Amino acid sequence: MSVRRLAPPEMQPKEFAFSKDNLAWAKQQVAKYPEGRQQSAVILLLWRAQEQVGCWLPEAAIRYVADFLGMAHIRGLEIATFYTMFNLAPVGKVHVQLCGTTPCRLRGADEIEKVCRNRIGDQNHVTADGKFSWVEVECLGACVNAPMVQIGSDYYEDLTAESFGKVLDQFAAGKKPKPGPQTDRQLSAPAGGPTTLTDKSIYAARSRE
Amino acid sequence: MLADKDRIFTNLYGLHDWGLKGARARGAWDGTKAILDKGRDGIVNDVKASGLRGRGGAGFPTGLKWSFMPKKSDGRPHYLVVNADESEPGTCKDREIMRHDPHLLIEGCLIAGCAMAANTGYIYIRGEFIRERERLQAAIDQAYQAKLIGKNNVHGWDFDLYLHHGAGAYICGEETALLESLEGKKGQPRLKPPFPANVGLYGCPTTVQNVESIAAVPDIMRRGAAWFAGIGRPNNTGTKLFCISGHVMKPCNVEEAMGIPLPELLERHAGGVRGGWDNLLAVIPGGSSMPLVPAGSDQADTLLMDFDGCRDKKSALGTAAVIVMDKSTDIVRAMTRISYFYKHESCGQCTPCREGMGWMWRVLTRMVEGRAQKREIDMLMQVTTQIEGHTICAFGDGAAWPVQGLLRHFRPEIERRIDEYSRNADAHGAVREAAE
Repeated sequence: MSVRRLAPPEMQPKEFAFSKDNLAWAKQQVAKYPEGRQQSAVILLLWRAQEQVGCWLPEAAIRYVADFLGMAHIRGLEIATFYTMFNLAPVGKVHVQLCGTTPCRLRGADEIEKVCRNRIGDQNHVTADGKFSWVEVECLGACVNAPMVQIGSDYYEDLTAESFGKVLDQFAAGKKPKPGPQTDRQLSAPAGGPTTLTDKSIYAARSRE
Repeated sequence: MLADKDRIFTNLYGLHDWGLKGARARGAWDGTKAILDKGRDGIVNDVKASGLRGRGGAGFPTGLKWSFMPKKSDGRPHYLVVNADESEPGTCKDREIMRHDPHLLIEGCLIAGCAMAANTGYIYIRGEFIRERERLQAAIDQAYQAKLIGKNNVHGWDFDLYLHHGAGAYICGEETALLESLEGKKGQPRLKPPFPANVGLYGCPTTVQNVESIAAVPDIMRRGAAWFAGIGRPNNTGTKLFCISGHVMKPCNVEEAMGIPLPELLERHAGGVRGGWDNLLAVIPGGSSMPLVPAGSDQADTLLMDFDGCRDKKSALGTAAVIVMDKSTDIVRAMTRISYFYKHESCGQCTPCREGMGWMWRVLTRMVEGRAQKREIDMLMQVTTQIEGHTICAFGDGAAWPVQGLLRHFRPEIERRIDEYSRNADAHGAVREAAE
């Protein structure tokens, strides 16, 4: 189990409310579930709240979402502390989530971790300009493209210390690097080209049907 | 080798259009109405005859699972829940289906829904797959727009499909934890029985099924159960997505026939083990929860990649995520990191798991350096057996097995480290910590 605590009170904003767009969106989400089961939407709404605040989830937002769904506050707090994608304290604008599980470690995640330590500092430390932070997370499910990191919504895969450095450089310059493999590889196909699905006739045959 | 025409996932690498038009050109949504017209029993019997076994890890026969759903409704709605919470270390196959062949999954959901009399389906995708979620939602919207699913659709079976996501908890891949999470609670597994087929989501009959199993169904129905059953070996039929990661020349995802020998799989698609086959130390054939299989003529050299083949080597196919480790690997450290994963992901509900995971990880961390006593190896083995089978869900087993695999095959390596550590300590005049 991972023990997770809310950020100290002095960091917490006093109030939270969904923006108009998010409020409309939240009502749509609740409609996906049967009558009286609106609690089902709690993860979706907390996630949207985290996005609205800017990558972390203040206590006020948890209480707001719990009220919105008619849940006891403690149930909302349970969810926020149980699920590790909810950041309970502010993180950098560019928050690097480094996959550190065995398949990535075998392919050189240690090197990527060193780059993080050198350029950003310790885990969960936000740089002085508020721009960067990093954290080691468990398997992100892109093991054949190891080592990899997630930044924001995107995966950056097939990294080396050098190419990861370039990705960080681009973020530092305010640009958004191209997500996916940082080599010339086609997503999860073997490097150098697929060994299967090379028979063009299967595509022609099916489209005629 | 499996011929390209026998592959189900023809857009595995995203080289073609993922959208409805492209999917149709590759054969999706073709004759779906005729499939649904076979009726519940017709579909279930075909899936049974194909020999399809669940692709999410446990390998339970899919058709049989569907047949557990109540034949007559007692007024409660039935639910189909698709498990897309792919988080098993080494596994990255469902991601490819969801971002490159989403329509196969959606069509499979409709067919499965019809086969279990469910008018509502939920797909539970892991929270980290944000781009995949957007893609899958776009595909669902396309299907709604074309009236392929939804109320009064062209296929004559009302079926609503909703996408739901998690927020980073491996345990939600366990089916009852997934249902808890879908109900808006902490993902802590439920005691079984009652099984989800009787009391599942919102207390209603529910079947939870892996993405790959569901996405394979439309092709099985179209091409016939005999086609699928003709690939692989009896009891281990069909094709399977393999995820080959770790120390191979070219890590990749690939769809192959079940029962392909491990050396052939690695040589043909992944460019072989780094430094040649003789440089292989060990392989984990089915995702991190499964025991490793060491190199050797009666072990990895002759490993057949299917359910029975892996069982013969005291491991399991799991999700078919092949993690390859060559001789440069610090095997104790590699398995310790897996142990840490389980410590981090334990939901904390059962004491043997919550306390045991941390305990095993701490002992293993010392064993990496050799800072342990030899009798602790036996103690560690004994503790794994006290966790295995003593928890509500299979998480405890999945965390105990990799440690057992390590101790079974690499005990001499751990003993060597312990000897070396105490020898160094002696040589430097330190107090010998390891002394009894």
